[in-house]
Parts: sequence; structure tokens; C-alpha cells
Amino acid sequence: MGMTMTQKILADHAGLPSVSAGQLIEANLDLVLGNDVTAPVAIKEMSKMKIKKVFDKDKIALVPDHFTPNKDIKSAENCKCVREFAYSQEISNYFEVGEMGIEHALLPEKGLVVAGDVVIGADSHTCTYGALGAFSTGVGSTDMAAGMATGKCWFKVPGAIKFELVGKPGPWVNGKDIILHIIGRIGVDGALYKSMEFVGEGIKHLCMDDRFTIANMAIEAGAKNGIFPVDELTIEYMKKHSAREYKIYKADEDAEYDESYTIDLSEIKPTVAFPHLPENTHTIDEIDDIKIDQVVIGSCTNGRINDLRIAAKVLEGRRVAKGVRCIIFPATQKIYLQALEEGLIATFIKAGAVVSTPTCGPCLGGHMGILAAGERAVATTNRNFVGRMGHVESEVYLASPAVAAASAVTGKISAPAELGL
Amino acid sequence: MKAIGTVHKYGDNVDTDVIIPARYLNTSDPSELASKCMIDIDKDFVNRVKPGDIIVANKNFGCGSSREHAPIAIKASGISCVIAETFARIFYRNAINIGIPIIECPEAAKEIEAGDLVEVDFDTGIIYDRTKNTQYKGQAFPEFMQQIIKAGGLINYINSK
Repeated sequence: MGMTMTQKILADHAGLPSVSAGQLIEANLDLVLGNDVTAPVAIKEMSKMKIKKVFDKDKIALVPDHFTPNKDIKSAENCKCVREFAYSQEISNYFEVGEMGIEHALLPEKGLVVAGDVVIGADSHTCTYGALGAFSTGVGSTDMAAGMATGKCWFKVPGAIKFELVGKPGPWVNGKDIILHIIGRIGVDGALYKSMEFVGEGIKHLCMDDRFTIANMAIEAGAKNGIFPVDELTIEYMKKHSAREYKIYKADEDAEYDESYTIDLSEIKPTVAFPHLPENTHTIDEIDDIKIDQVVIGSCTNGRINDLRIAAKVLEGRRVAKGVRCIIFPATQKIYLQALEEGLIATFIKAGAVVSTPTCGPCLGGHMGILAAGERAVATTNRNFVGRMGHVESEVYLASPAVAAASAVTGKISAPAELGL
Repeated sequence: MKAIGTVHKYGDNVDTDVIIPARYLNTSDPSELASKCMIDIDKDFVNRVKPGDIIVANKNFGCGSSREHAPIAIKASGISCVIAETFARIFYRNAINIGIPIIECPEAAKEIEAGDLVEVDFDTGIIYDRTKNTQYKGQAFPEFMQQIIKAGGLINYINSK
């Protein structure tokens, strides 16, 4: 029986000729990631281990991005703990405020992940790197500790669901609409314990930033990972960003999938996930007037340059509606600088939006944009759970950068078409 | 090994944000986390919970963020076992890795109610509802995971190798 793309990567990293769904394996890791929330717990766990040094100082990435720049004294202590560990272990890939970014935008940009890698990260959106044809998955802090010490992690080999993407997306439809559409179809546990393998000719219409967005939200369907095949665009991206050698894996012709879906990208409309689950999706044409108080554009899901360009296209020459707070977060310093050079930041500020240094802050209700009781936000982030962005009686509507920017202008959930775009 | 306690019952998709909201993630101290456990879904949980109590929930328990603070908060609250129809995969790993017993059992998750007195035998995977006089068979862990749980978590397991 053939193997899926994910299974082939895992078999190779476990030193096995083949693996099958359900099999327990131990795989060698190419990268272990942690942030300022999860790494302190991992560091504490690692201190209980007999192994005292990390397995490879070049294969650990520590990115304080959640509550940074430090939001309070406790957060500052956590960042200090990560910093001291990074220095004492001589970790090469520790990114201080000033050079850091949101981890899942930063690592591909820094060339730390390439096709064929096995990556674990103590952050659920570690699945983002599947866009590059890598196996990457979120774990907890104890797994991170064990990974840092041994360079290995145990996995149950996942089965897979195949998503064949066909057709070309229409104007103002991007990766976010596609993944929200898919989650709306299969549910927040639709891919539980499984891989989401994206294939098909429709992929050629998706830029890398769209693919990162789609892989990023695989966890929102319960998946272990999301993964894209490697094409010319992926290779171009990796060559531009990384000196590391990549390895291309392809699913076998006779690979077994638990389910298959065909997704016609040309039929997907701008899609919004209503509170309080990402599966609670509605297309923009089904939505009545929903007034909003805040717009957040950014995060590991949608804070990349293409996302900012889309938002700027909508906000260019327009004003954020009175009573709406529009907060924009470029995901990394490099993206921020690029947006500045392209004039996007000027467009945002002229429109009445604020632009922040990279941070996960508002996405998880940490800081920099918390909601009060009864307030509503349209956000390009990834979760709209109860209390996710603040008060338990606040609401988050998940949408694309295009819909978020248009909503900022009208003060209610809107498509760019409402602005004549 | 056995657990016995009163049940706190929840529905589908209990996410780690409601188990322990991010506004409390600036600490990893177990007792501090326990003092906020379940606050956004069940404000009174911290007042009701007694050592040994059991959480029973429907599908996809622990979905969302990978924060290990969630199972740490549950464990430090005194919860002795979580029974659910299904668990989100990162929560499942985290629970095993920190040594809090969890069991998947759709029938038990459906029928057991809040306030029931429930006993779980981890060696056999049998769940007894003492209040209703019913019995369910939970899914047993693979041998490898049992070894981690018996060692008291992943770190002890690796140290003992």
C-alpha cells in the first residue's frame, strides 16, 4: 500500500522503509520551536531531565512573540527566562524584540524550514510550514522539552484527507476564504488526528502567503498537519530565503485517504466565521448588517506582505468608519519594513488605522487590542472562541484581509464590493 | 490505579482558551493556573471542584491552543481523570506527557451526567457510574503510552531509559 506525503516524510525521519496510519514511531527532528508562553514551561521541564544540553543549538528556535514587547512584569520574567536559556545554551535562532516577528511568519522568512523537514513547535499553529512541503505540527511544552533534549519526538502516524483544489479563485477571494470554507464544510474536528493534504491544479493560483494561511488553519479542523506539494513557486521561495537543502516528497499514486474532497476555488465567496467556532461559516452575501467595534489585520494567519497589500488596496483613499478601531500588525520586522517601503503603512495611517510592531497580542486576547463586554471584532486571526480576544461576552468574526479592511471602512461586516471594488 | 469522584459535565469543543484564558498565561504556576481553571465556561468550577473529581465532556475536548497550561490547570485543580467522546490531539499528547489520565469513551461521555459519582479503573479501562449503576468500557492506551503514564509523564520516562 502506498504512503501519503506526510507518511513518507515521517518514515524517512524514523529510518523506516514505510509506515502506515496508526503506527507509533519515533522521528528525528529538524527543528524545535517555542515562544514566550510555552518555552518557559519547557525550560522548567528540561531542567528535570538528565540531559542538560540541547541536542543541537542550531535546530532550536525561540521566538518571544506572544506577550511582547513585554506587556507586564510576569511576561517580562517569562521572556527573561527564555533569553537566559537561549544565551546559556548558545541557541543560534533566538529572536529578540527588534529582530523577531510572529513565529510562523518568521521561521520560513529566516529560511529555518524547508521542504521535507520534520518540525515540532510548542504552538498549535506550527502546522503553517506545511505550505513549504514540510511535516510540522503543534505540541505542548513537555514535548518541546523532550525534543530540545533528544532531537526526537514520538508520533502516531496520521491517516489523511485529500483536498483537491481546482479552478481559480475570484477577485477578493484568498487563502483565508478557502480554508474557512473547508473548515465550514468538515467542522472543527473534521480532520481530527489526520493530515490535510492539499493537491490539484488550483494550487498554482495560490501565492505562498495564501498557502501559509491555509496550512496555518489546519489545526482549526483538528488536523495534525496540513501539507502542500512542492512546486516551482515553493522552490523559488525556499531558494530566496534559505541556504538549506530541501527534499521533495510526493504522495504515492496508491496512497490511501480516509476521505477526499474536491474544492472548486472559482465557486468560493468571501467567507466569515461567526462566533464562537471557526466552523460557523457564512458567505458574505448571506450576512445582514452586523455592526463592529474593532478590526484586527495581522497574526500568523494573515499578517504577511500579500495580506497587507490587499488591506491597503481596500483602505487606499478611504477612512476607517467613526467608532471603529482598526489595528494592523505586520507579522515580522521584514514585512513591516517592506510595507513601509511600498507605502502601505502610509495608506493605513492616512485611513485612520494604527500600525503595531509584530506581536501575537490581540489574536489571543493577550494585549494590544482587547475587547470589552458586548464588543465585536472582525479579525484576520484564526480563532473566535468564547473570550478569545477579551471579555467572555465579546465576539470575534474571522475573515480575510479584504473583508476585514472593507468592514473597517463601513463599520459593519462588508465585502470590498460594497465599496465599489 | 483507580480514580473516583464527582462529575463536572461539559459539551462539545471545550477549547483550551476557556479552560485557561490567555490573560492568565503570564504564569505557569500550577496552583495559580488552577485558581482560574474553566473560568470562561464555568465560573463556579473552582469553588465546586474537590480532589479526585472527574471531568466528562463530549467531542473534541481541549481543541485550539497547544498551551500545556490547560492540562496543568485541570490537574492542579484536583481532577483525577478526563473522560470525553474524543480529545483534540495536542491536548491528548499533553495530558499523557504530564501524567493526567484521560479516556475516550463515546457512550460514557453521552450518558454520564453532572453530579454523578464515577469510578474509573485504569488497568481495565472500565468506567463505573455509581449513581446510575451503569458501566462502560473506555479505549485502552497503546502499550507505549501506558509506559509514559506509568512513569509519571514523558520526562520521567525519558530519564528512566
